Amino acid sequence: VSTQNVERLVAPVALVVAAALLGSVFSRETEIYFITALLAVGFVVALYLFVGNSGVLSFGHASFVAVGAWAAGVLSVPVNEKSLIFSSLFPVLGEHSVGNVASLAVAAAVGGAYALFVGLPLMRLSGLTAGIATFAVLEITHNILRYWDRIGPGTNSFSSVPETTGLTQAAIGALIAIGVAFAYQTSRLGRQLRAVREDSAAARAVGIGVVRQRLWAFGLSGALAGLAGGLYVHFIPLSTEDVYLNLTFVTLAMLVIGGAGSLWGAVVGALAVSALDSFLAEAESGIGVGGVSVDFPSGSRLIVVGFLMALVLILRPSGITGGREFSLARMRGKETS
Amino acid sequence: VTGLVAALNAQTVVDAVGLGAIYGLMAIGIGLVFGVLRLVNFAYGQLVMAGAFALAVASERDWPAWAGIVLCFAVVLALTAAMNQFVFRPLRAQSPAVMLVATFAAAFLLQSVALIWFGPLGKPATSLAELNRPISIGSVDIRKITIVAIVVAAIFLVALVLLLERTTIGLHMRAAALDFSTARLLGVRAERVIGTAVLISGVLAAAVAVLLTVQSPLVTPGFGLSQTIVVLAGVVLGGMNRLSSAALGGFSIGFVSGLLGGALPTAQSQYLPSVVFGLVIIVLLVRPDGLFARSTTAERV
Repeated sequence: VSTQNVERLVAPVALVVAAALLGSVFSRETEIYFITALLAVGFVVALYLFVGNSGVLSFGHASFVAVGAWAAGVLSVPVNEKSLIFSSLFPVLGEHSVGNVASLAVAAAVGGAYALFVGLPLMRLSGLTAGIATFAVLEITHNILRYWDRIGPGTNSFSSVPETTGLTQAAIGALIAIGVAFAYQTSRLGRQLRAVREDSAAARAVGIGVVRQRLWAFGLSGALAGLAGGLYVHFIPLSTEDVYLNLTFVTLAMLVIGGAGSLWGAVVGALAVSALDSFLAEAESGIGVGGVSVDFPSGSRLIVVGFLMALVLILRPSGITGGREFSLARMRGKETS
Repeated sequence: VTGLVAALNAQTVVDAVGLGAIYGLMAIGIGLVFGVLRLVNFAYGQLVMAGAFALAVASERDWPAWAGIVLCFAVVLALTAAMNQFVFRPLRAQSPAVMLVATFAAAFLLQSVALIWFGPLGKPATSLAELNRPISIGSVDIRKITIVAIVVAAIFLVALVLLLERTTIGLHMRAAALDFSTARLLGVRAERVIGTAVLISGVLAAAVAVLLTVQSPLVTPGFGLSQTIVVLAGVVLGGMNRLSSAALGGFSIGFVSGLLGGALPTAQSQYLPSVVFGLVIIVLLVRPDGLFARSTTAERV
């Protein structure tokens, strides 16, 4: 491992640890913003592992977050409360519950397995087609989770899931995501996938299996998304709408704003947008800035994030970090090849 | 199956045709812009939403119906022009995937603006409510709006075919959709072609806004979003590369949704989106040019 590589791992890790430490010195209300930010790092790094390394767009990652959250949530509600919360759960789900760590492991496993299952047919697509197909996956997952109440709360929200996700667990989750993403992108597999991203014809010519490499990344990325979903459901009572279009949009915006080309960009994007978002959330309930009371109307958060995202796409498509190894703009080269 | 057939009375069929007509109009709006820009406009539904809010504001102030419709068209066209200027134009050189992400951002931007402006509960648009009254033809009660939707769609379709087949700008648009760079070399003005396509798609969005608000008068910030998602699926299913197949795809998905939604019990029809999007994935994998494409072309969507 070279010095350069160490720097590349240490910088995002340091940022996450700093955020976690900073969060612990403030009050309980402020802590929530930091936990949300650390969870966002998990979502964005999971998305980055696939999108950043493969150069293929995915609108489907919220579905892996969703299945992870559903798995962890259903398995974490105490058995004696299940009949009250879920109307018609499968008996095998209704009669068993597992502990916190086990539920997170299951979330990651389910997220990864689902991504592999979905990715098997989908990974040969790229460009616009991949975008639409993964969006279709999101629609199907949302539709099924919303109406199939044998595997979850259906149209209701989760309740009675132990709220174990605090600063510590959220930070550990973010660090695991960063560690896995870093290990992947420095591994042989990661380099092969980036070769496919840069020039799929040349990569194929030297014997790299395009679909197989993408599938690896998709599965791994799905597992990280599932883990993040598990942490999410242990944080707030989720419903299907929390893991649908808004999450897709915000996660994608964070990645684009930070820079889809680098792990650093993913982490910076997640934390920077979260910081801005927290500020605006405070501002929506009225905040004093330098003696002047600024009062933003509720809903201004998504406006600012959407505006920033459009601005970054137009002015600096490689994101605020520059994402040196790769930029979304280069996906154009892939499209025409 | 017999239950299904029995439930398929004439009324359901006519309503389904009406829904198909509206979805077909949206599909043309999306397909026209895709043809010249290779851009999937995810924010199309928000244009419809803006037009619907214009109608709601007009009806709140007791404006006559025609004034509301004028306002609706003005708002949607202004917004379309702004979107073309500030989103489509700067991103024209980017890949279709980047443009899709950008219109995704534009969609959320517009939706949040509407959320701030009008609140999450929305406003009712009621000035055209009388079109919801049925008229009886034989034993079938048909709501006036269904007839209006079908007629409007037919008029737009004929006008569009005439424009594309009989005018110079139409010829240029068809050429641009086939091969933009060659068309430019042969003297087709890019800005005019793109501007016209975007403008027409805006006109269609405004028309759809009028038709949809009659059917569901409560306008919320999410208005038009779910329809756009379904229409996008229809456009992909039909085939994005040709306007006629995109339009047919949009119509079919509206027609089938209307038919099954009316005929199936809720317990089954609620999974309709899964079936539709499952089909989308299968079509993208096996027949990327779409179900209604005439022949397979070299270019993939």
